[in-house]
Amino acid sequence: MAEISKSDEPQDVTPNVSEVDVVDAHSESEAVAAIEAPVERGEPILQVRNLVKHFPLTQGILFKKQVGAVKAVDGISFDLYQGETLGIVGESGCGKSTVAKLLMMLEKATAGEIFYKGQDITKLSGRALKAVRRNIQMVFQDPYTSLNPRMTVGDIIGETFEIHPEVAPKGDRRRKVQELLDVVGLNPEYINRYPHQFSGGQRQRIGIARGLALNPEIIICDEPVSALDVSVQAQVINLMEKLQDEFNLSYLFIAHDLSIVRHISDRVGVMYLGKMAEIGTDTEIYDHPTHPYTQALLSAVPVPDPESREGRERIILTGDVPSPANPPSGCRFRTRCWKAQDKCAEEIPLLAVPERFKGEDTPVAHESACHFAEEKDVVHAA
Amino acid sequence: MTIIDETAESPAPDGSEGTGRPLLEVRDLHVEFHTRDGVAKAVNGVNYSVEAGETLAVLGESGSGKSVTAQAIMGILDMPPGRIPKGEILFRGQDMLRMSNEERRKIRGSKIAMIFQDALSSLNPVLSVGYQLGEMFRVHQGMSKKDAKAKAIELMERVKIPAAKDRVGDYPHQFSGGMRQRIMIAMALALEPDLIIADEPTTALDVTVQAQVMDLLAELQREYNMGLILITHDLGVVADVADKIAVMYAGRIIERAPVHELYKRPAHPYTKGLLDSIPRLDQKGQDLYAIKGLPPNLTRIPSGCAFNPRCPQAQDICRTEIPPLHPVTERDGGELAGRGSACHFWKETIHG
Repeated sequence: MAEISKSDEPQDVTPNVSEVDVVDAHSESEAVAAIEAPVERGEPILQVRNLVKHFPLTQGILFKKQVGAVKAVDGISFDLYQGETLGIVGESGCGKSTVAKLLMMLEKATAGEIFYKGQDITKLSGRALKAVRRNIQMVFQDPYTSLNPRMTVGDIIGETFEIHPEVAPKGDRRRKVQELLDVVGLNPEYINRYPHQFSGGQRQRIGIARGLALNPEIIICDEPVSALDVSVQAQVINLMEKLQDEFNLSYLFIAHDLSIVRHISDRVGVMYLGKMAEIGTDTEIYDHPTHPYTQALLSAVPVPDPESREGRERIILTGDVPSPANPPSGCRFRTRCWKAQDKCAEEIPLLAVPERFKGEDTPVAHESACHFAEEKDVVHAA
Repeated sequence: MTIIDETAESPAPDGSEGTGRPLLEVRDLHVEFHTRDGVAKAVNGVNYSVEAGETLAVLGESGSGKSVTAQAIMGILDMPPGRIPKGEILFRGQDMLRMSNEERRKIRGSKIAMIFQDALSSLNPVLSVGYQLGEMFRVHQGMSKKDAKAKAIELMERVKIPAAKDRVGDYPHQFSGGMRQRIMIAMALALEPDLIIADEPTTALDVTVQAQVMDLLAELQREYNMGLILITHDLGVVADVADKIAVMYAGRIIERAPVHELYKRPAHPYTKGLLDSIPRLDQKGQDLYAIKGLPPNLTRIPSGCAFNPRCPQAQDICRTEIPPLHPVTERDGGELAGRGSACHFWKETIHG
């Protein structure tokens, strides 16, 4: 009966990595075909497994000897579903921008896999890699330095078509660029202007237009609004949400502004020192955080409402983030954690639904990398 | 009786020496910059005052003139191209703009100190932090090198830098962002000034460190009963620490209010727009409210109210007449202490 098969379905939907692994790219064209196949809404489009990036620290000039490594990203796993926005928050130096670069294949991962539609992109090259790159685009933080000052807007956006000519034939490019400018809310007549003739918010729109040019499926946004004025931030956020609906995009939204991340994200991951501390839906993370770092982060955010600041409990962490070249043993947060015990120094907590909440159908039951995960009532941002 | 005797509170706190004069008063300050593209009017008639022990937050976007005002108070404005055509800056009743350079030098650092946004670029990278902290004592008080170093260690301890004794000889790059900002604070505090101007002191820091630094600043302010001018664009930081707020736009103060009042009932469409554009929980999935358009170019400030091209309530009068800072009252005319709004339609905005 149809009803029985339906009840079985949810188990199939859960991402199964070993299954993904089996799909091996026999040939380049097979890989390209897989990459170009559409993904259903709600299916994972990007699966990251145990991603590691260590930057070597060397000593000596002629005979470089590796004396250690900055563990910028140290084994993180997450899924990005088609059509959703996954927010990544964390302090500076926690590795969020390195994750973005790894997903863009701008840095080579030390270990781990990134599956894009079942293809491990860290092992692709040539035509298949080019096809992946077309589908994963990036919007950068600083609209002042990410646009070449000596190129016109038309050239900046049109350059993408030089590399991927199949998207727009030569004669059609100018029209296509003007269309893109219109989509992001800029006057199409500005096509011959230079970046310095635009304000910060307008430049960020140019950056977004460039990201959209190749009809990608995923856009990685690394702090896209943090360099903008408050009154302009809202404009850009609204634009990004509109574009997501229009082009059915998946966003990986990296930012440190927690209230903006909450507004735009479906799910949120909290990073600390190269590891994922906690991940879940926005309500799970913001209203029911179980990891002490998330709790501290949320309570540290200044709330733009003087009424609610009075009487709320604030956790103020002491000290700074430890150096990623020499992270603490066990749980990385233990040096600043008020709950730390001996176990925390010995055992690395895994990112999983805590044992005690397992099977519970409450927002508390989400993945949290803490030995002593529990809810704490803090008044939080947004 | 429930009437609160307000006069009991008002005898001026020590610092203003009981004369009722504010610690610092800025009157009708104008600052302009002569550039190739014309005259950029950065500050166009700013008035504000700070008492001892009080925190005034100056809120505004980039280009609103908030930092230029602070630089004019400190006397560190680049002149030329800057020029102060009009205005007074009264520190304990004395106009600093009329003082000689020598007199201002004595005030700067010892009476009024400043904390800058970017601690790494405001500290000298080739001198140890101990030397830079000690410089305050050597220059202003003629202390010996040895005594100055001891004082520097004391200061570093006061701003809670761990192992101050070992770190006094370290250079700025050896400190983290939060620690560097603490050193900036220590330097500003060195001579126990009456007034501190903090220009975006936590903008470059992470939220967890930001909370530490703001807490420290508030604690030290209480301890020394200092006046504090906090310049920021972050509505959250303001809500946490300020007593009163002045909102600036295109070189003018367009609204002033005690902190609670401003958040509860803004009386200017710009302030209202800023508050509405903060993402709120119940708005998830909807468009954020966005103020349309861009901040004006300071060489071509719109006639009338500078906000009129972006304002949803703009009428003809807004395009021709510059609104003065109207005192804001309750609907029935009852006084609202310390409130003002430079909008022709403030009544509609606050009560409307």
